[in-house]
Amino acid sequence: MTTIIQTHNLTKVYGMGDIQVRALDGVDVRIEENEFVAIMGPSGSGKSTLMNILGCLDRPTSGQYILAGENVSHLGKAQLAHIRNQRLGFIFQAYNLLARTTALENILLPLLYRQNGTHTDAEYREMALQALDSVGLADRAHHHPHELSGGQQQRVAIARALINDPVLILADEPTGNLDSHSSYEIMALLHELHDRGRTIVMVTHEDEIATHAGRVIRFRDGKIDTDVQNGHYVSPGKFAQQPAEAWT
Amino acid sequence: MKTSKIIQIAWTGLTRNKLRSLLTMLGVIIGVAAVIVMVSVSAGTEASIEEQINSLGTNLVFVRSSFTRGGFGPGGPGGGGDSGGLTFDDATAIAENISGVEGVVVEQPSSQTVKAGNVTVESVSILGTTPDFPSVRDMEIATGRYFSQTEVDRTQKVAVLGASLAEELFGEGTAVGQVIAVGDIKVTVVGVFEARGLVGETDYDARIYIPITVVFDKLTPSFFARVRGDSVQLIYVETSADANQDNVILQIQLLLTKRHDVTLDEPDFTVTTQDDLIETQESTTAAFRSLLAWVAAVSLIVGGIGIMNIMLVSVTERTREIGIRQSIGATPNDIRWQFLTEAMLLSLAGGVLGVLTGIGGAYLYGAYGELRTVVLPSSILLAFTSAAAVGIFFGFYPANQAARLDPIEALRHE
Repeated sequence: MTTIIQTHNLTKVYGMGDIQVRALDGVDVRIEENEFVAIMGPSGSGKSTLMNILGCLDRPTSGQYILAGENVSHLGKAQLAHIRNQRLGFIFQAYNLLARTTALENILLPLLYRQNGTHTDAEYREMALQALDSVGLADRAHHHPHELSGGQQQRVAIARALINDPVLILADEPTGNLDSHSSYEIMALLHELHDRGRTIVMVTHEDEIATHAGRVIRFRDGKIDTDVQNGHYVSPGKFAQQPAEAWT
Repeated sequence: MKTSKIIQIAWTGLTRNKLRSLLTMLGVIIGVAAVIVMVSVSAGTEASIEEQINSLGTNLVFVRSSFTRGGFGPGGPGGGGDSGGLTFDDATAIAENISGVEGVVVEQPSSQTVKAGNVTVESVSILGTTPDFPSVRDMEIATGRYFSQTEVDRTQKVAVLGASLAEELFGEGTAVGQVIAVGDIKVTVVGVFEARGLVGETDYDARIYIPITVVFDKLTPSFFARVRGDSVQLIYVETSADANQDNVILQIQLLLTKRHDVTLDEPDFTVTTQDDLIETQESTTAAFRSLLAWVAAVSLIVGGIGIMNIMLVSVTERTREIGIRQSIGATPNDIRWQFLTEAMLLSLAGGVLGVLTGIGGAYLYGAYGELRTVVLPSSILLAFTSAAAVGIFFGFYPANQAARLDPIEALRHE
């Protein structure tokens, strides 16, 4: 089994000078291929910071992050963009589709920024249509986001996340803006992706949503509180003895 | 990313907000159109003045009275010669004594009522001239002939009519041989000129041409002029094509200084050539044109600032879009190029529209305005390239701002 995510002593410190906030405080986590992981924790626990670093949107202050065998801890902005483009797929709470852009064009967007595209525009278009079909929206290709329901928009976003065949899908509260029916549909879709071999890391604060994942990691004060896989502890919680805000 | 893709993205960005894009371009459109119209007006003015100067004839030298010499001039009171500047005799002397002179013309204008039968034309401009007039001034006789030196010497009352005046007086009938009344005197028409048209402000076809001696003797309008006798303002000298014009000018200067008893350092006349006139003209229009170029440059810069302004607003407004693009793999360079290309497209499109507006404006101004316009291809090129340069220059800062956005902050932006 391939290791998709491996972090060593991952630390993120915000603030300069006297007041420093350790948003992440020495996190070691390892996620294997085809895992479905839910990350939970109260706000300010560091889960968003972790997601930003795992998503290569941010860099750790110290520590290492190895994504599918590649150390991406200290890559430059442009290199991180390439990683996001070719290895990662994002699903956001607010869908984050481009307005006034059709569903099909939204899905094609990551291909636009691809460095060494080997396919023709027509082939890319065909790929996008297939992705749209796989989320059940083949007939909505030319609709704009405002013409789609929240659940449909999220499905377009999922299709966009899949278009580059990513090694890791990062979902940040994917059902946060949806009613229970749409939430159910989106979770079913994520299950389907998981069944087809995708690796998914999902942030949520709904316990019910978290139960869909095989593994639940809880954060507290920038550290892993508990890490439970199918009812078993993966690693014992290293409950923080000191508060997140350290006066130095 | 491929250039075609970048242009495609930028184009989509612009067409999503067409009104704003158009308003943003307006500054550049006006700037570019202003450059083209202004340059076309100055080029048109220059061309028409040059044409006017050339239409006077070819190989011309102008001898002009400059009135520097009065009764107490360098020659002293009564120091010889008369103090009236150039005279008809000077012209005759030039014609007789100087080699390389093809013809000499003096003109004495006047204005009189002309009658032929029962047709009366008020205030016709009368030009008293000499026999060399048609050749020096490039005028062709249509019917009849021009008057001769003998007729001038004998103050014969003969006349040659301009084409439109002949038609006005005689219609389709024959003019040659008819006797017409010019003021108080009766003159015989000996010829009619071919139509020449309007040159500058002067209508050559509405005039009547008679021997200059007749004007001096019979038609000189005022007592003052009568006292001054046969003084003239301007002598046209046509040099022969193979003559050295500088040499002819020197001969004229030597002859006239001797006749007027003045020195070359302080003459009472000036001698200029057509080239001198064109040069003087060009130096004035060059100053005029550089002023216009500055005005146009300022308006282009204002247009560029307009683009920068809107691009900065656009970057702020589209922060979330930028965040989304970054999250799915757009590099800072991709973002920079997107906004830079938008700015360039805006200014190029503004440039194209400005060129069209400018050409149209110059054409309309030339057709209905007071001045002639000539659209110079170089002005189109200049306006267009400066518009593009303005786009790059003023697009760079906003594009950089966009590229420097942090993806996390940008995604959080509402």
